Formats: sequence, C-alpha cells, structure tokens
Amino acid sequence: MRTGIVYTETVVYAAPERFAADAPYQVVIVDLSEGGRVTARVRGDRVAIGDKVSEAENQSENDGGIPFFQKL
Amino acid sequence: MLSIDPTEMGYSLEVAVVGAGKTPFGAFADKDLRALAVEAGEKALADSKCGPDAIQAFYLGNFAGPEFTGQNHLAPYISTALGMPGIPSTRFEAACASGGSALFHAFQAVASGIYEAVMVLGVEKMTCQTTARVTEILSGAGDSRGEVHVGSTFPSLFGMIARRHMHDFGTTREHLSAVAVKNHENGALNPDAQMRKVITLEQAMKARPIADPLNLYDCSLISDGAAAVILCPADRARRFTDKPVSILGIAQASDYVALEQKADITTFPAVQLAARKAYAMAGLGPEEIQFAELHDCFTIAEIVAMEDLGFVRRGGGGFFTAEGGTRRDGAMPINASGGLKSKGHPVGATGIAQICDVVQQLRGQAGERQLKRNAVGLAQNLGGSGASCVVTILGQE
Repeated sequence: MRTGIVYTETVVYAAPERFAADAPYQVVIVDLSEGGRVTARVRGDRVAIGDKVSEAENQSENDGGIPFFQKL
Repeated sequence: MLSIDPTEMGYSLEVAVVGAGKTPFGAFADKDLRALAVEAGEKALADSKCGPDAIQAFYLGNFAGPEFTGQNHLAPYISTALGMPGIPSTRFEAACASGGSALFHAFQAVASGIYEAVMVLGVEKMTCQTTARVTEILSGAGDSRGEVHVGSTFPSLFGMIARRHMHDFGTTREHLSAVAVKNHENGALNPDAQMRKVITLEQAMKARPIADPLNLYDCSLISDGAAAVILCPADRARRFTDKPVSILGIAQASDYVALEQKADITTFPAVQLAARKAYAMAGLGPEEIQFAELHDCFTIAEIVAMEDLGFVRRGGGGFFTAEGGTRRDGAMPINASGGLKSKGHPVGATGIAQICDVVQQLRGQAGERQLKRNAVGLAQNLGGSGASCVVTILGQE
C-alpha cells in the first residue's frame, strides 16, 4: 500500500463528459514515501497540502485503474 | 542549466513583421475554421501591401482543428484558399503554443535566408462543440495516461498550481481576481475582444467554482478566431510597409507534459529557458521590456509568467498585480489587449494574436489602450501546463 504526503490539490467542479457524474471530486498530486509522485483521486474526507495519505484499499472494479488516496 | 551564447543561434539575417491582421474573437456560428483563417490572412496581406503571390511559405499554428471540426490537413486547406497554391504549407502543434511555435519556425527560415516573405497564421474554431467536449479536447494537451486518466482538466492542473503558489508564497484569492479585473478592464476597450465587460473584484472573487481555487473568472474563454503575420528579412521590410517591427529575440523551449513530473509546479522551466534565450538574442534584460502580452489561460498563469520572465521576484506576481503594477498605467503593463481572459483564447490563434497586439502597440495604433512607453514589447505563449513555451521580443525599427 503506497503512502505519501499531499503536494497539491484541487476540487474539480467542471468535469469532462466521462467524469461528469463524479463531480465535484478532489484530485491531488502525492509525494510518495517510496519516491516519485502520482496524480490521484481522493476518497472520503477532503485533504490539504501536507496531509498524510495512503492508497485506498478495496478499489472498485469500475475505477478503471484510477489510483485513489485517502487521509491517514 | 544551459548557458546561452546568442552567437550560437547562428541566425544570419534580422527579421521584421511587415503585416498583421486578425479576426475579432468570439462565437461565430456563421464562420467555419477556413473562413476565419482566410479573413485574418487577407487582413495581414492588406496591411503589408503584399500580394498572395509574394508569399513563399505558409506556417500554420493550430491545436486541434481535426477534433473540433473534423477537418485535417489544414495548412494547404487554408493556404490554397488564400490564393497561395504551390508553396510549402505546414501545420505546427504545440498545444496552446501552436501559434508561437509556427512563428518560431517561420522566423528561423527567414533568418536563415531561405525565404523573402512568409505568412504565419494561427486559427482555432472551438464553439461548435459543447463545453464538456471542449474540456475533453483541451485535456489532450496533458498526459493522457496519468493526470487526464484520473479526471484532471486544464483548469484543475492550474488550480493545483495556484494552490501550491498560495501555500508557498502567500498568494491570495484576491490576487488571482485582481488579474481578472485588470484584464477585463483592458478588454472592455478592445473592439476585437470577446468579453468586453468590466467586472468588479467582488464579482471576480465570488463566481462559481470551476476547479478550486479557480472560479469562472479565473479561466480564459472558449473562442473562435484567427490571426496572421507576414515576416520578411529586415532589409527588405520597407518594400512592404512604412511601419516595420523588428523581431529582436525569439526562442522556443520544452519541458515534461505531466504536471507531476515537474520538481516545482510554481515555476515553468520552459518559460525561463525560452526567456533567457530570447533576452540573450535581443541583448536585453527584463528591466528593458516596456510592456508584455502574457499567456493568461488562467489568472495564476499570468502571475507565474511575470515571475519566470523576471519582471518581479519569485512569488511576487500576485502582490505586484494587486498593487496595480500590471495595469496600463503601472510599472509593467501586462495584457493591455485584455489577454486571453477577456479578449478570448482560440487556442491555435493565441500566439499570433499576441504578436498582432504587440505590433499594434509598437506602431501606436492601439487606440484607447495605447501605452505611452511602447518601444519594446514581449509576448509569451505557453502550451499545456508548461511543456511548450515561445517567448518573442519585438521592437520599433
């Protein structure tokens, strides 16, 4: 399970067609503990810069390989 | 980082802009992509007293004509419609810097002595698609397997840049809105602007959210439009015009497409590199630039650009804007045209339209928007979230 710290974040209100049903949703860039960065979606509570996050378990099959992170 | 030696660039000739023309920007249901392009091209020809038979090559800047309109193979499609069959006609794509990239390559050919006159034209027809579809097409300028795959849009990429800039430098919501208020104030005086509307700071701060912290008034517009310029070697410029404008410096640079690959998202290395090369070529520094047209696709982009170009210190762009430093009567007037924010942003046309706006100021033809200090101007055209940048410095002959 990957963990890291939120480098930056936004909440998307105006979504592209295929994500319209999800809006508003939060997108983050996470500085990973293992090194490198990943752009991901947030599950659960809204996060802020500096928050510790971990990759969410139980990803649904419908997520299409989108990484989800949640507040630790 | 690279050290810049202007003599390494090896351009043998100086180059002038001898004609400039553009369409108004807006939503024009009755004009297709080619009609817009022809209108701008013909205006540039008329402005230069140059017939279509004098043009020896055609450089087109266009981001996504095939996706927006279904038409591909656009460069000969347009050059033939302008009465210029036979000449090399090529399309350049560098996201929102497509126009600037076409200009850079046209400049290189003329500066190398290959052509005596070329046309550079930028065009985009966007309003024929829904906003959701436009958002999707524009996201093609990002990394489709990473950031776009998870649901990032362009406003959201710049929203993340804004959030980090606020965190690192104390830039505020009010600073962002000050950019929008200033650009609308300028655009209201521009007869060719799409949104000729003055807005208050309160309106700008309370508009509906698009991608936190960015709201509707932080985002540029969805537009139709075209712009064209004609270049020739400077020593022949007087044959075409009484008011030639010199290209003093120009450079294009690149960087990673995905935002997450940048070490620090509050600065764009491609902008800094293109600026350093253009300044070196012109033999000028940022303190000698008297006004600028910057790529304000989002309000935060104008703030970051003025920092990367060296007009203000790192992190100082928001404060400088809020103090009025970028207004027409400020120390460094930015986007006297209204910018992408108010003038409109037909993506492929933008880089050339910026040149037209700088040329207009240098010639003293900007009407109510005319700046008093107008001898040297700079245009900065950004592609994606900083993966392409073209910086051009122009001066009165």
